[in-house]
Amino acid sequence: MIGALIARDVRRGFAGAAWLPIAFFLLVAALVPFAVGPDAQLLARIAPGALWIAALTAALLPIERLIEPDRADGVLDQLALHGLAEESVAFAKIAAHWLTFAPLLLVAAVPASALLAMDGAALARAETALAIGTPALAALAVCVAAMTAGVPRAGSLAGLLLLPLAVPLLIFAVADAWLLEAAVSLLLTAGAPFVVGAAIRAART
Amino acid sequence: MSALLRFESVALRRGGRLLFDGLDLELGAGKALQVAGPNGSGKSSLIRLAAGLLRAEQGQVERSQLAMADDALPLDRELTLKRALNFWRGDVDVAMERLGLSHLAQVPVRLLSSGQRKRASLSRLAASGAPLWLLDEPLNALDADGAERLGRLIADHRTSGGAVLAASHQPLAGDWQRLELRA
Repeated sequence: MIGALIARDVRRGFAGAAWLPIAFFLLVAALVPFAVGPDAQLLARIAPGALWIAALTAALLPIERLIEPDRADGVLDQLALHGLAEESVAFAKIAAHWLTFAPLLLVAAVPASALLAMDGAALARAETALAIGTPALAALAVCVAAMTAGVPRAGSLAGLLLLPLAVPLLIFAVADAWLLEAAVSLLLTAGAPFVVGAAIRAART
Repeated sequence: MSALLRFESVALRRGGRLLFDGLDLELGAGKALQVAGPNGSGKSSLIRLAAGLLRAEQGQVERSQLAMADDALPLDRELTLKRALNFWRGDVDVAMERLGLSHLAQVPVRLLSSGQRKRASLSRLAASGAPLWLLDEPLNALDADGAERLGRLIADHRTSGGAVLAASHQPLAGDWQRLELRA
């Protein structure tokens, strides 16, 4: 059932608006040269941070469609009645979201790096940092989606919840401290299913 | 456990309000119980409690394998009806035939009428193979033919050893025990 749920969510992701966060990511990256000017050295220096800010804000976009539609349609209840623990549902949701979000983001980082005057070595470092950090971004997005499911204006609230939680990830990612970033990413990804599970159960009471 | 569903001295509180307490009930094979009562009396909450989606404040609930159908439609709206039902597994073709949905198998769920969606929800339940069925307002949106098909489905389910707990403010066809909740 978990495999079927992941496949379903991946299909729904690509059939829906999986391109939207990626377009947003590229748009933010494209705005940076307009904001700071065409100085290539300055752009290259701030590029890793700019890429991560673009990625973090792009991660906010799909939050309202990660959990709420399935809560409202009774899918989460039916999965529970099929004996699937809420934590397993959360794992499937995180995996599916990562599959629809991360590969496209890693591809989009290539044109974004050109916009930010990054050389090949800097791009390779940014791609590595994104590859390490995107599981945590997906986990945080699903966590926030579960915590705000059914709440009016959840999209606005989601930003206030997600961005502070992503600060450690951001710090280690832009500092190329990959081991520390991986540790944070692992902690967030491993802990998220339990947070999501508790949030789904709490929403039923 | 011989009973498919058993409540022992169950109390349920929601939103600070005690909906019921000291509730005992037992549903064995072939039995059907209709929960009736005015709006807000806790009919749907009782169904969700029986399903294990809510926790009793006091008492014990024992249940066998079950399937539940309420007003929600847990089907992917962009898929055809048959494909959407297949996600939940079970004998989908037979269930669709029983609810008169076979001719809609290739129609996207989003194009179904509310009555057809209700039938789809009930066919998911019928395909489940679970011995205990929990129904919340099963007659909502159903026309006379749909209600008749549901009646036959429930009768066959009971004959084959299943049990049904239904919350409804409308009379249900057939032989039902009745539990009245107060507002």
